[in-house]
Formats: sequence, structure tokens, C-alpha cells
Amino acid sequence: MSEFAEDSIVVLAEVTPSGELARNMAALIGAASLVGTPVVLVVTPPGAGADVARAAAQVGAAHVLVAESAEVTTLLSVPAADALAAAAELVQPDAILVSNSIEGRDAAARFAARTRSALCVDAIGVARDDEGVLASHSVYGGTYEVTSTATFGAPVITVRQGAIEARASAVAAPVIRSLEVAASGRRAASIDSIEEETQSATTRPELRGAGKVVSGGRGLGSKEKFELVDQLADVLGAAVGASRAAVDAGYVPQSYQVGQTGVSVSPQLYVALGISGAIQHRAGMQTAKTIVAINRDEDAPIFEIADFGVVGDVFTVVPQLIAALRSRA
Amino acid sequence: MKIIVLVKEVPDTYGDRKLSLETGIADRAASEAVLDEIGERSLEVALSFADENPKTDVVVMSMSPESSKATIVKALAMGAASAVHIVDDTLSGADLGLTAEALAAAISRAGFDLVIAGNQSTDGTGGVIPAMVAELLEVPQLTALRSVTIEPDSVGGVRVSDNATLTVSSRLPAVISVTESLPDARFANFKGILAAKKKPYEMISLAELGVQPDNANSARSIMVAVSEAPPRAGGVKIVDQGDAGEKIAEFLIANRVA
Repeated sequence: MSEFAEDSIVVLAEVTPSGELARNMAALIGAASLVGTPVVLVVTPPGAGADVARAAAQVGAAHVLVAESAEVTTLLSVPAADALAAAAELVQPDAILVSNSIEGRDAAARFAARTRSALCVDAIGVARDDEGVLASHSVYGGTYEVTSTATFGAPVITVRQGAIEARASAVAAPVIRSLEVAASGRRAASIDSIEEETQSATTRPELRGAGKVVSGGRGLGSKEKFELVDQLADVLGAAVGASRAAVDAGYVPQSYQVGQTGVSVSPQLYVALGISGAIQHRAGMQTAKTIVAINRDEDAPIFEIADFGVVGDVFTVVPQLIAALRSRA
Repeated sequence: MKIIVLVKEVPDTYGDRKLSLETGIADRAASEAVLDEIGERSLEVALSFADENPKTDVVVMSMSPESSKATIVKALAMGAASAVHIVDDTLSGADLGLTAEALAAAISRAGFDLVIAGNQSTDGTGGVIPAMVAELLEVPQLTALRSVTIEPDSVGGVRVSDNATLTVSSRLPAVISVTESLPDARFANFKGILAAKKKPYEMISLAELGVQPDNANSARSIMVAVSEAPPRAGGVKIVDQGDAGEKIAEFLIANRVA
């Protein structure tokens, strides 16, 4: 009899370079809890595993496997993929869930290719039927909904950040054990330096996975005037995004770009300021629950999908909106 | 140095893109086919290196139906020396695993020092093929690079990760993927378009690569359902009469998203 539940789901925890459990792990463990018993794999530098394991238990990990290795901060992806292989071998899970992030995708890709497991990417939901675990996807920028699964074996599923609302309850007495990992000996790229992004002073949420997003487009007119987007975002507690036009015009860095070739977001609220709503932009945000748009051009395509659209000047409407929100706060 | 650039024909994102509701497979006839922009940028990385290093052999590689030859030839017109096109009817609807196996087999057969791909295609947006191919080829992967430095025996760059920016490097052979921070691709000029017609263009099948689509040892990802999402309907649209800011605030509060 295995120490792991029949319906175990291995979750690869994402750890920040400074050794903390990534904030979006509550959603990933929440997703796992919808289809089975989460067994969370924590891969950290030596000495950091215990704290991360406890943080994982706080967001619903009943079972935590800790793999500590000095190589996680010096070698790219291979240490995580090797740990995933060891965890899957030990646990024999029904599915493996990984965040659809840059690091998560690479580890999942290597593991799936190595073990010839089915890989289902960018899931916005998970479910279970008699045959096993299923992943649902939103395809072509939300135009189609597709369900996928593995022909056999445990599927490896990367889960879109911000797409899962389920949360698992905290586990008071988690089972934490260390995991022995046999190195695959695969060559890996070396990490020569790491510059961790400092949290902005405003504690503004990250764009990926944010519950609310305020985005600005070329209608803002300049880098200085883009400040208006930041102001509204801070009043709403929202992340800041931008259209490609605003990025190309140099108002904000490329990491702000929402759309086909940037970040895909599915927030509760998406506010588009001075964004016309080209199809590429809509592809990255039209699965938002509520969309509000302000644009001077009454024919802007963004209005076709906005729940509340205002034809007007962002520089008069937004300050009034900010004042109204502040007065009711 | 031999550089293989992975390119892909995709439906143009400027138009409506369709999936067949019977098979879940892309309806290629429904939209205009173009070379994916990120693949063009990947090619530009290889071509700019070749400009400075004349002994560089730049090969473009793609896996797609025979009909996409015209799109792939565009990469030859831009400056690639030859093309390898994996064409096989059994690849229709291939999942990521089979795609990676076919590409890795073709890359290995051609021989390579460096493989360059885009970080994510505009149609599948999976972003996993470069790392899968690297795993199968047993070489390092350096994905999501916003800058690339290629040396005779190594490659490096700046990788935009989730909460950090990493400087990464590796000896060759290796697989890299680049983001759209890399420069736009050059245009194919008239001379290039004429020259493309005479460049080597090889079509290979899965059998020639020794890849089996139905391999009992490889689990595949399959679609079990596909449906068209209900089109998102527009809601209220008002013209600002001087109180639109107030009205939005009321709307946000009523919907509990303020």
C-alpha cells in the first residue's frame, strides 16, 4: 500500500529566486484539489525547503515532497524536470499540474518529453471523469473551448495563471518528506546571474494572474500621461497592462503587453483606457469576466465586447471615476 | 556553424481563425496563412549572425501540410540557405509530443550546432516545443530570450522569466527560443525571391525519420470536446455627458468589482 492517495495529483510548486513560494500557488494547489489529493513538489536550494513546504501546506498541500539542490539557482530547468521525474515515479499520480509560466512550461516540457507523457498546455480548468483527469482550454483568444486529456497515463497539465478560482483549505499537520532525486545527467544551460524583480512600492499585483487589470493604449498619448492608468489601477487594486501600440510607442515596457503575443489575462475586471481593441489585443483579454472600456472613437472594436463602454475622453472620465471611487471607499 | 530555425505557418491573426467543430483541427482554408512573425524574428537572429560569419549555414525547418510550401519558401527568400519540410498525412492533428518527436528526429538527421525557435506561436501559443525538442536532443535549452549572443562555441542571452531576469549561457549544441523583443525580420527583396526558387527544399515523411505516430510507449494528448464559445456580446455603451466617470463607478460597485 502506497503512502500516497489513489487519486494523488503531483503539483510542481513555483519558488521565487529568493526562496519563497510563488503567490499563484494557492490557485494551482486549488486546481489539484478539484480533481484529487494534492502532493506538492518543492524544489529549492539547500535549507529553503522546509519554509516553502509549510507555506504550501497553508494553501492546501497535505503532502509535500522536498527536493533540495544547489543546482536550482545555477542550472536551467533540468533540476526541476529531474525532481518531477522522481516525484512521478514515487507517487504514481493521476495527473501532474504545473504553472503555465516561463519556468513551469520548460520543466513540464522536459518532463513530458522524457517520460513520453501527454502534455496539455494552458488549461483554464481541470475536471475528472471515469477515465481520468481532463483539461479545458480557451483557444484562439477565447473563440473556442476545447477539452483535452491523455490517451493513457497521467497527463501533464500546465495551468493558466489567474484562471482558477478554487482554493484548498489550509492543512494543519502536513506530511513533509524529502525526495531523493537521481540526476538525469542532461546538459543544462547555466544561470550566470539572477535579477529578481523588486515588488513595486505600491504593492501593485502582477499582471499575470491579477484579479483586476487596468490597461492603457495609444490613446494615452505619452509616457507621462500613461500615469493615469497607474492611478486608476492603484485605486482599484489592479495590475497595469497595455496594448501593443502603447508598448511600441514606448509608454511602458514590453512585459506590460496584453494580447496575442503578450500576456493573456482572465481577470474579474478588465478596464481598457484608450485602447481600440484590435483582434490581437482582444485575444489576450476577452475571457475577462467584466470589461469596461473608455475610448474617444465610438466605432472602436473594443466596444463590441465591453460590458460597459463610454465614448469619451479618458483624461476627463478617468479622473472623475477615480474621485468617485475614492469618495465611496 | 549550422543553425536550424523552426518556422511555422499560422492563420493570420488579423482575420477570424476557425477550428473544425467535428475534428477540433484548425480549418486552414478559413483564414489567410502567413509565416508566424516570431519565426521570422528567429530567422533574423540567424541571418544577422550569418551576415557577420560567412561560414554559417542557415536551414529553416517546418512541420506542416504540403500546401504550406509557399509560406516556407518566403523564409528562403529572406535569406535561409535551404529548407526541410516534414510532410505526412498522419501528422494532421499531431499533439505537442508527436510534433516534438518529429522535429527532434529531423533536426538530429540534419545535424546542428544551434536551433532557434520563437518562444510561442500565435496559434497554438503552447510555448513548450523548444524545451521538448531540447530534451529529446539531450541538449540545453535557453528559452524566452530577449537578447541573444552567439559565439563560435557558445550561446547566451537575457531570459525574461516570471519574477526575475536571468542571464543564461550554454556551450553548443543548444536550443534557444526568442521573444518579440528581438528585432523585426528583414524583408525579402526581389533578388531573394528569385534565388529562393533555386534553393534546396527537402520534404521528408515520418517513415524516413523513423517516427511512429501511434507509438504504444508515447501517450498523446487528445481533444475530447470542442465547441465555439458564445460570442461575447457588447453591453451598455454611453456617450460621456460629463458624468461618465460617476456612472462607471456605479457600474463597478453594482457588479462588486470596484
